[in-house]
Amino acid sequence: MTVTPTPAEVRQSEVGRARRRKEDARLVTGQTRWTDNIQAPGLLHIAFLRSPMAHARITRVDVSAAREMPGVVAAFSGADFGAEQGSLPCAWPVTEDIVIPDHPPMATETVRYVGEAVACVVATDRYRAADALEAIEIDYEPLPPVLDLEKALDADSPLVHDAGNRAYTWTLSNGDVEAAFRDAPVVISRTFRQQRLIPAAMEPRAVVVTPLGDEYTVHTSTQIPHILRFLLASVTGVPEHRLRVIAPDVGGGFGSKLQCTAEEVLCLLAAKRLGRPVKWTESRSEGNLTVHHGRDQLQRVQIAAEADGRLRGMKIDLLADMGAYLMLVTPGIPLLGAFMYNGVYKMAAYDFRCTGVFTTKMPTDAYRGAGRPEATFAIERLMDELAAEIGVDPVEVRRRNWITHGEFPYDTVAGLTYDSGDYEAATEKALQLFGYDKLRAEQKDRRDRGDTVQLGIGISTYTEMCGLAPSRVLGQLGNASGGWEQADVRVLPTGKVEVATGATPHGQGHVTAWSQIAADALGVPFEDVSVVYGDTAVVPRGWDTYGSRSLAIGGVAVHLACEKVKEKARRVAAHLMEIDPGDLEYAEGAFRVRGAPAEQGRSIQELAAAVFNAHDMPEGIEPRLDSSATFDPANFSFPHGTHLCAVEVDTETGFTKIRSYVAVDDVGTVVNPLIVDGQVHGGIAQGIGQALYEEAVHDAEGNLLTTTLADYLVPSAADLPAFVTGRTETPATSNPLGVKGVGEAGTIASTPAVVNGIVDALRHLGVRDVQMPCTPERVWRAIGGAS
Amino acid sequence: MAKINVNVDGVGHEEEVEPRLLLVHFLRDRLGKVGTPVGCDTGNCGACTISMNGKSVKSCSVLAVQADGAHLVTVEGLASNGDRHPLQKAFHEEHGLQCGYCTPGMLMAALDLLKENPDPAEEDIRAGLEGNLCRCTGYVNIVRAVQRAAREMAGERP
Ligand code: FES
Ligand code: FES
Repeated sequence: MTVTPTPAEVRQSEVGRARRRKEDARLVTGQTRWTDNIQAPGLLHIAFLRSPMAHARITRVDVSAAREMPGVVAAFSGADFGAEQGSLPCAWPVTEDIVIPDHPPMATETVRYVGEAVACVVATDRYRAADALEAIEIDYEPLPPVLDLEKALDADSPLVHDAGNRAYTWTLSNGDVEAAFRDAPVVISRTFRQQRLIPAAMEPRAVVVTPLGDEYTVHTSTQIPHILRFLLASVTGVPEHRLRVIAPDVGGGFGSKLQCTAEEVLCLLAAKRLGRPVKWTESRSEGNLTVHHGRDQLQRVQIAAEADGRLRGMKIDLLADMGAYLMLVTPGIPLLGAFMYNGVYKMAAYDFRCTGVFTTKMPTDAYRGAGRPEATFAIERLMDELAAEIGVDPVEVRRRNWITHGEFPYDTVAGLTYDSGDYEAATEKALQLFGYDKLRAEQKDRRDRGDTVQLGIGISTYTEMCGLAPSRVLGQLGNASGGWEQADVRVLPTGKVEVATGATPHGQGHVTAWSQIAADALGVPFEDVSVVYGDTAVVPRGWDTYGSRSLAIGGVAVHLACEKVKEKARRVAAHLMEIDPGDLEYAEGAFRVRGAPAEQGRSIQELAAAVFNAHDMPEGIEPRLDSSATFDPANFSFPHGTHLCAVEVDTETGFTKIRSYVAVDDVGTVVNPLIVDGQVHGGIAQGIGQALYEEAVHDAEGNLLTTTLADYLVPSAADLPAFVTGRTETPATSNPLGVKGVGEAGTIASTPAVVNGIVDALRHLGVRDVQMPCTPERVWRAIGGAS
Repeated sequence: MAKINVNVDGVGHEEEVEPRLLLVHFLRDRLGKVGTPVGCDTGNCGACTISMNGKSVKSCSVLAVQADGAHLVTVEGLASNGDRHPLQKAFHEEHGLQCGYCTPGMLMAALDLLKENPDPAEEDIRAGLEGNLCRCTGYVNIVRAVQRAAREMAGERP
């Protein structure tokens, strides 16, 4: 593929092309805008003192000695901020009777997790700020930590909050579950542990707050500048219109930067007190402690089936670790999975129950997939167990149960309507790319030989609900957010096009993909489109980027805004050409009389110039060739696919090596195959990380032991194979582009594929499950325990 | 305070530094060379990798004073005469970056790797970049990018 298109190429459809990203040129040369890059005259640095205890009462804080240290401008305790610091928001009260504890950004009386901020120092450089932390005097009276999800609910458990350790219980039920399980020929029951994960975006969080009079500019490493603006206003009382929030370059988020953090609030308050710009950049160990964690659920799951493996019903009983407080969408995360435990399968009865539990650990919240990886893991692990139980191939048991191509749209037992899909086609393609039959033959051979290295094949046929979300549905679920997205499209006087998007990227490639969408809709060259984002003064509205929503909502808004621009341009063209607007057609970037040669038309560039000088405008048209549009879909979108993973497990050491990995995903219409593959690759890597390597580990006192990247094992290049990707394209019906979203699919699909592979490799040795992460020790013990 | 002389991307600097100042903070906070980012505090992520006297080092694990007299090349100095280095072009062509935070370190580590082994196999690249973490790409396209750059540097068609 050539990088610079010839004019002939410009006219081919941009959507579907593997365009190289516009974002890259500056990133590969070090021209970046990370928040930590910001320097400003008089800039001060803030450092936080953090609780070394998981649970304790603060009996004394004295910051006065710190104030005397060289370079120190100020030091604050929680009490110094008092009522001004407010309470960090929870925007998703999932039930009427949910317990939402007060969550001061800086603890004042009680600390409830290791790492909670208890005081801070503001100094002239980052080293001096850190030095002065040591001069702060603080005394604690230890309280018993609450670390175990199940024991936390015992009547005699110590309490994290006075109102009790149960935050809420949420249920969803359909059909007669008891009847489905009564006399069922096959019932499979399992308990799975979704271990606690640390998102570990490579860019540590950073915040810079710059005051100007009573106006504050907040640069922060966030996924959600728009949401954060009104959250910061409501927490701190700084009026929304005096706040500008900018997410400059953001080095990955994966849900972890979908938050209103204590540090953002406290930096704003410090800058306000001091009238000087304040900067905070976390260290990685600080980040591992205090960036919200992900997953952490105990899943008790059961399926009932006929003797031939056809599913009758499913029961899910979850305990979800909220951590010490409810942060932005903490309680809602399990609900994003509540509708997905049935996966791609048909069944008549469904019963889901989730209890959110407080513990003295860092709060959990969104992490790539958020609720859906947990659900997918459970059902896909169970389908493999069902296959083994009835003695059929795991692909066959799925075939007997999945929704067939002709059955869409399909109303699922969990209450969703899947609009489209083709599970047969995706699976068929994946099996071929993978060489399924050959690998099964090799597996048999190794078993027969009693090879010390056994081969396992893991399968995962997943779907997910994404494109968060229809505003109406969010409202029904008690989520305070809206789900629409907005775009402005402006044709500038020279005919260049500027797109302003409310979907704020942090590595995904929105600039490139939105350029492709706008170039197609307007018939202009890809190079002529630029995209602005991430600054509330430049793009005032938006719901930002998470939940695989950007393309399916924000990208569609760009398309719709372009259509509106064209309608406006049509009226101008008709006026100038003295013809009825209905007689014009738009092609190759120009309006022309139907069937007439292109040269006789008026190009969008000519029309932009004509509108700009407004010498001859039709009645009622303002002299701006721009438009904005919002899109709020009627339904979620439902990407799906089939992932296959071949693992080699050394039965003597327990070491697992991923030998090959095939992913066939159906993400609807593909705007840019290069970007889609990249999202799938990265998603798979994170899902494999959960399956094999990653776990946030605490000791008996509640100290996090995995505070560094030496202890918390983010997979490296040496740990992973090359992934093979393929696609089927079944357009979504819920939006005019037919797109579904791809940000989370890889993570959702891959974790069960890997673990199914490991269990498959060892099933003949009696192994029925291995707890994640499937470290060599755990695998080795599982083999030993089974034999 | 200690006085150090360093050459960074072709420009000489004479500066007074505290003995404890990390080289990466010297580059970023004192010289404004913010192209080199920091991803951790234990030398594990590789984001801060630069070239020091022709060898790749993690600039968070070196003190500024230890760089006295050294020639440093950062990602900002990788292109020459306005021409992007084959590695930079290859990362773009192969979509070897998403957020781009790991990219400066990946490029500088890959530069060293190709110097040692101009024709690396996939496993060599994966092993060679083990000290550089990327959370976005799953490494597939990073590996392809390094292979592509190797071909171009060997004078083959990329
Ligand atoms: S910042 Fe230097 S290795 Fe992580
Ligand atoms: S591209 Fe984001 S960490 Fe590598």
